[in-house]
Amino acid sequence: MARLAALTGNNAAAEAIRQIKPDVFAAYPITPQTEMAEEVAQYVADGILETEYIPVESEHSSMSACIGASLAGVRAMTATASCGLAYMWELLPIAASMRTSIVMAVVNRAFNAPLNIHCSHDDSMGARDAGWIQLYSENAQEMYDNLIQAVKIAEDEKIRLPVMVCMDGFIISHAVERLLLLADEEVKNFLGEFKSAHPLLEVNNPVTLGACALPDYYTEHKKQHSEALRHSLGKIMEVADEYARLSGRSYSLFESYQLADAEYGIVILNSAAGVTRTVVDKLRKEGIKAGLLKIRVYRPFPATQIVQALKNLKAIAVLERTDSFGGVGSPVFTDISAAFMEAPTKERPLMINYIYGLGGRDVGLEDIEKVYASLQVINQRGKIEKSFAYLQARE
Amino acid sequence: MRKLQGWKDIPTGTAIVKAGSSVEYLTGGWRDARPEHDKGKCTNCLLCWVYCPEGAITVKDDQVTGINYDYCKGCGICATECPPKVKAITMVEEPKLM
Amino acid sequence: MSDLIEIRWHSRGGQGAMLAVRTLARAVIKDNKYAQGLPEFGPERMGAPIKAYNRFSTQPFSLYCGIVNPHVVVLLDPSVTKLVDVTEGIYADSKLLVNIELSTQEVREKLKLKNGIVYVVNATKIAQETLGRPMPNTPMMGALIKIVPVISLEVLLDEVAREFKEKFTPRVVEANLAAIKRGYEEVSGE
Repeated sequence: MARLAALTGNNAAAEAIRQIKPDVFAAYPITPQTEMAEEVAQYVADGILETEYIPVESEHSSMSACIGASLAGVRAMTATASCGLAYMWELLPIAASMRTSIVMAVVNRAFNAPLNIHCSHDDSMGARDAGWIQLYSENAQEMYDNLIQAVKIAEDEKIRLPVMVCMDGFIISHAVERLLLLADEEVKNFLGEFKSAHPLLEVNNPVTLGACALPDYYTEHKKQHSEALRHSLGKIMEVADEYARLSGRSYSLFESYQLADAEYGIVILNSAAGVTRTVVDKLRKEGIKAGLLKIRVYRPFPATQIVQALKNLKAIAVLERTDSFGGVGSPVFTDISAAFMEAPTKERPLMINYIYGLGGRDVGLEDIEKVYASLQVINQRGKIEKSFAYLQARE
Repeated sequence: MRKLQGWKDIPTGTAIVKAGSSVEYLTGGWRDARPEHDKGKCTNCLLCWVYCPEGAITVKDDQVTGINYDYCKGCGICATECPPKVKAITMVEEPKLM
Repeated sequence: MSDLIEIRWHSRGGQGAMLAVRTLARAVIKDNKYAQGLPEFGPERMGAPIKAYNRFSTQPFSLYCGIVNPHVVVLLDPSVTKLVDVTEGIYADSKLLVNIELSTQEVREKLKLKNGIVYVVNATKIAQETLGRPMPNTPMMGALIKIVPVISLEVLLDEVAREFKEKFTPRVVEANLAAIKRGYEEVSGE
């Protein structure tokens, strides 16, 4: 039975973690994830949650502890943000290429400098090439649902890859909203038990993990990891379908909102997609064919499906909460551009990349309306003068 | 010659799933000089056995029985550690061409 | 049609606006409606002017942003008007709920208000008399649901009692409930 709840994004994530029941939770508190780590610690201290909570001295250690735990054969989780994720950097590709099943909640926060604790996607976007699966969440409900699905995806014997589940710092992590929760038993039955491929503690079947591989074998290990990640899309959808049957909430690789006949589209991730959806409704009433593509699964990148969804539009704006400094555009823009390059279709919309919402800059209805207005101008002109722009920077 | 496996054939996650697989990896071919053991001079002090990094000194009933040339890399530690008054191990150059 | 109500709170860090917007949102959601309680600054800085937002509706909404055009402005600490334009973006019929000892007419004059509907309640005095501390957030919550009757007084009291009993002594809980009731009863408007 679904339970109605009023929770912040951090509360919702902590509740999901309580129901997921990781055997090991190794985390270091960092704004804006702190409430989540504290709540999990409280559950453990109160005896509500049977988890080995490792109060590590750094994120480098939290990820190391999770890698050890996952390889030993138990369910391991952690949570972090911003500099915390950066401090884990060295371990992220190790967790992925060793095919651990770690699930990590990431509360998106900007990188310093200048010092800032608010939302940008610098942290998880920077980690996009670490070989993890990445799921993005618009609100607390999606964070909760994605975390539970992430465990099933990560532990699937055909996948066995760590998953990062992201939500926006403060905007979602600290806001109370309405959501529906599953019963503890439902989550338990949905997830089943974690079975490691090569459990380290199985003494009758000893294995060596993480040994050296020289140039003669390193490529094969990376190819195997790459293929596993590329082929995880199907399984991610299977898990989504199974979750929909359980919860009544449907998830896909991305959300297409009013895209089928749209002329102008925005591609965006996380909370600002909610604002964009509201603007789409308003513009539709005015007769403007606006649409939205909200990416949920960013790694692996669903290139073919996204091209299919966008190819008939006239103009697209890819809105990103991070700058890939010195790049052609930011990460999602670059991925979509590349996807169109390799697609068989010759149809491709005009496409512009806007950087928005850095360091928690509020993105409101007017900002998004401005973007759709600019797409109409671009379409009339039939060309783009500058494909990369900061949406909200004062001159 | 060693046959290299493809990416589909190697175990997932960098694992080496067969315990003791290093037994199959014969390092004897790395050697350019071989230790030769003279049973007549040997006092069975077992210093060579203690120091050999490869465990290539074979011992039975506390007696050195010889050297396992499948694994001996020819480092010469055994010959160096053999006491100067004993000199039961001498390094002999391996033939250049087989 | 959407019946979305957008409420913008103005206060200073440490006066309990964050707790107020979150508790109100939880009470409205428990009443099976849709709500959001969104503080603008995560870690409040004691004394600095802050904004916090509430959205209430009977329908789902997905606005994860600040409120530019509020239907209601709550001035938990009217002294922030020296630093912030609290009337920014209001509609002609927006409600202004002010924690102050002055009359609605005096507030209108002092703020040079051309439009909007002014409501006043002396929440700081109520707090002093009930809690013994100048914490105006709970009486303001009572006053707010009187002028924006999205939930009944009972629903709010139930939620505050449930939340507060985990943190405070029964005496403090009772004092807060009394403060909410007085805020609800004593608010007056134009």
